[in-house]
Amino acid sequence: MDRKQCCVKLSVQPSRGLMDEKFIVLVQNALPGSQLTIRALHQCEDGHSWEAFGHYTADTTGTIDVSEDPSIRGTYSGVEQMGLLWSLRPIPGSKPGLRMRKKNIQTPMEVTISVYQGHQTEGFADLVPLSGVVVERWYMAPGVRRIPVTEGGLTATLFLPSGPGPFPGLLDLWGGGGQLVEYRAALLASHGFASMAIDYLTSKFTMETGKMVDNQYFETAYRVLQQHPQVCGSKIAMIGLSFGTSMTLKMAIYSEVIKLSAAVCISGSHVQPVEGSVEEIMGFFQKNAGKTRFNEKNEAIWRDLLLPIPTDPSLKADVGRLQCPLLLVVGEDDQNWPAQESALDIKEMMARAGNSHLLTVLSYPNAGHLIEPPYTPHARSSTFKTVEIQEKVMCLWGGQTVEHSRAQEDAWKKILFFLRENLYGDRNPTLFSHL
Amino acid sequence: MSVLRCFSFSRGALWCVTRPHLQECTPTSRRLLSAMTQVVPPILSVTPCRALVDEKFKVLVENLPPGCPVTVRSLHHSEDKDDWEAYGHYVSDHSGVVSVSEDLSYGGTYTGKEPMGLLWSMRPVPGSRPGLRLRKMNVCTPMLVTISVHSGHEGFRDQAPLASVLTERWYMAPGIRRININEQGVQGTLFIPPGPGPFPGLLDMWGGGGGLLESRAALLASHGYVSLALDYLGFDQESENLEFKYFETAFNIIKDHPQVMPDRVGIFGLSLGSLVAVTLAAYSTIVKPCCIVCISCNHYYPARGSTVTSKFEGVTRQLSKARVNEDNQVIWKDVALEFITDPSNIAEVGRINCPTLLVNGCDDQNWPTVETAEDVARLMREAGKEHLLSRLAYPDTGHLIEPPFSPHFRATTFVMRSSKEKVILLWGGQTKPHSDAQEDSWRKILSFLQFHLYCGPNLKAKI
Repeated sequence: MDRKQCCVKLSVQPSRGLMDEKFIVLVQNALPGSQLTIRALHQCEDGHSWEAFGHYTADTTGTIDVSEDPSIRGTYSGVEQMGLLWSLRPIPGSKPGLRMRKKNIQTPMEVTISVYQGHQTEGFADLVPLSGVVVERWYMAPGVRRIPVTEGGLTATLFLPSGPGPFPGLLDLWGGGGQLVEYRAALLASHGFASMAIDYLTSKFTMETGKMVDNQYFETAYRVLQQHPQVCGSKIAMIGLSFGTSMTLKMAIYSEVIKLSAAVCISGSHVQPVEGSVEEIMGFFQKNAGKTRFNEKNEAIWRDLLLPIPTDPSLKADVGRLQCPLLLVVGEDDQNWPAQESALDIKEMMARAGNSHLLTVLSYPNAGHLIEPPYTPHARSSTFKTVEIQEKVMCLWGGQTVEHSRAQEDAWKKILFFLRENLYGDRNPTLFSHL
Repeated sequence: MSVLRCFSFSRGALWCVTRPHLQECTPTSRRLLSAMTQVVPPILSVTPCRALVDEKFKVLVENLPPGCPVTVRSLHHSEDKDDWEAYGHYVSDHSGVVSVSEDLSYGGTYTGKEPMGLLWSMRPVPGSRPGLRLRKMNVCTPMLVTISVHSGHEGFRDQAPLASVLTERWYMAPGIRRININEQGVQGTLFIPPGPGPFPGLLDMWGGGGGLLESRAALLASHGYVSLALDYLGFDQESENLEFKYFETAFNIIKDHPQVMPDRVGIFGLSLGSLVAVTLAAYSTIVKPCCIVCISCNHYYPARGSTVTSKFEGVTRQLSKARVNEDNQVIWKDVALEFITDPSNIAEVGRINCPTLLVNGCDDQNWPTVETAEDVARLMREAGKEHLLSRLAYPDTGHLIEPPFSPHFRATTFVMRSSKEKVILLWGGQTKPHSDAQEDSWRKILSFLQFHLYCGPNLKAKI
């Protein structure tokens, strides 16, 4: 055993962190000036292996600090403190079209970070690293409670922060793929919001009856959240991505029951038949399916389905009627939805209506459709199945990895700040009693 | 309609609100109804929420009214089912923030600017059994600490907390393997860091209290050392040779492990454990530790004809003459001092040939470790080995110098091994200086180990 090699020490702090927390990867006791590769390896729940790596040169003290030193090349380059996570991609030879999504959020994502001699680019499985550590990345902070919700026919999961509360509430919606996706709600609960992830496309009700849910379903979710003893009923927001945006705007503007304190709409559009049911809105998109384009890799581009942005007001949610602050998050390279065009139109509509002071738009060049919590590996395309189309399609989401990852980090910070401002910010309560 | 949540800030009135359901109240919805408040609670955060026990955290309270008196409190329910707490009194700044890392505590179990005061100043809650000591026996699970913020200073416990979070404090980093050792007569627990290795090794021993404490070995493994927590007081060893053999075998189990660098194995001992370290280093012909760390060092080693453990028995019999103070706490230091003034009663530490770190507290009431350290220094100097010795001595610090942020115990109950008698032993130390010593010494111990076990003089550079 090479004595020199044995002394290299690798540490990652913190070794257990939340998914959106940064860590510091440090190599010490290396030979000054030596070439080393730092690599991350993760096996996801589906059994696929993901890796990321950077090439470094130890300084005169034999140290590499990933938060300060540049990677010369690899799956990321430059000074990238979290590059080992956001640049993770399936190892060579993997099935195409993979996307990393954690289903079981009660266990951490485990990442093995290792340091290898020399500048390696492949065949890591056959190499013995100099040193390796295991890092845990959690969606749930300690004490966050996960509560399945079936009341009122809902298929949902409520995440409550630890502590007595009351907490502001959040309804969390994903997009056209359906399913009950919990990770963002779990992470938001770790930041002090009682968050309910809702399955509104493939709920138990829909699977059993074949019927799609409608406004009442969302209103039931709102009421269940509002009535929870640990939820501050007058401080509830909604966050939606993709088709979830359509639902969020629909409820924020048209529901008599749902009174939101704030809304966050990521990678979506306001284009929808006003007064349309959920089913009709889906049908509206389907009608335009012929506008689907395919790129040279045969990946489906769906952004044109809603273009051009209609001038007919009956085909756009009337954002001029919004009464709560709205945060729009837009990837300018979104190939799946025309989020940028929609944002521009929303801005115009709100300016005309005089409520544009409620609007904030975050627009990111070269970011794609799937703007997820920070350090989530970027998927420029992946296999996807909506509830309408029963077969899997290779969908082009868009985005360039570096800019997309930066966008995720920046957007998340601003989303948390926006939610906090609007849900926690009021310290001058009005007192009224209907006893 | 029930009123569920009322908060009173010292400045404000009682804010409490109920609001009926927006639609007509049916019996069902009335049943489902819950009161709502318009009051928004403060935001409490602990970063990181999961950490190793020797890592620092930042406790932050936001969204308070400005100039608001609050108490930040920690609470831990131990494995022995006792409750431990610490708390500090703060006043929020102009922006409604209390930062435990930056702000001053005006009172409580700690005062001043103490980022980690909520841990190291913990003590049993009022009304607890006396003489308690906090030790985690199961190191595979984290120590759970609830940090909460309460309104006001005096009488803060009378009301429900305004906010609380749970934080995890771990002895084991992710990926560490814990292996029960029961081979060649040796019993203990081995902790192996993740990664290919090879790693330096450590033989880890606690003191005369007996039992197998794994916490420090687990933590050392989290810092990159294959560590064996050795169980060595449970055995009836008849002859000295047999017993020495026990420690030598344990040492070799580590040394021979495929993931250990055989010439980079050290010994770490506290109290009686440090006596084992010192005697192995001085007398063993079988094992050659690469370095030794001795906390609250003990070099009492009379007439070679008895074992370490039976020496301890002998000592404790004589210690029954020890002084008892006005609080009925037993002080062994003075009686023990008499023993070690006789040169035939001490180990020949001049024979030690490896780097040695001594750590002791100057207010140690359990063993004359100050005099011991002086004596060791003198003997090593006379033998020309002074260059091998490093010493750390801390004022107002007691006998039980543990990893950082562990609560300080000035005196705890102790069961005498031979007579099974329960006494209260005085360990010494004052909480704040003792805690500072734990933090400072741990950093220096890790640095000492890293220097001698990770990048020692044998390192050969390859072009």
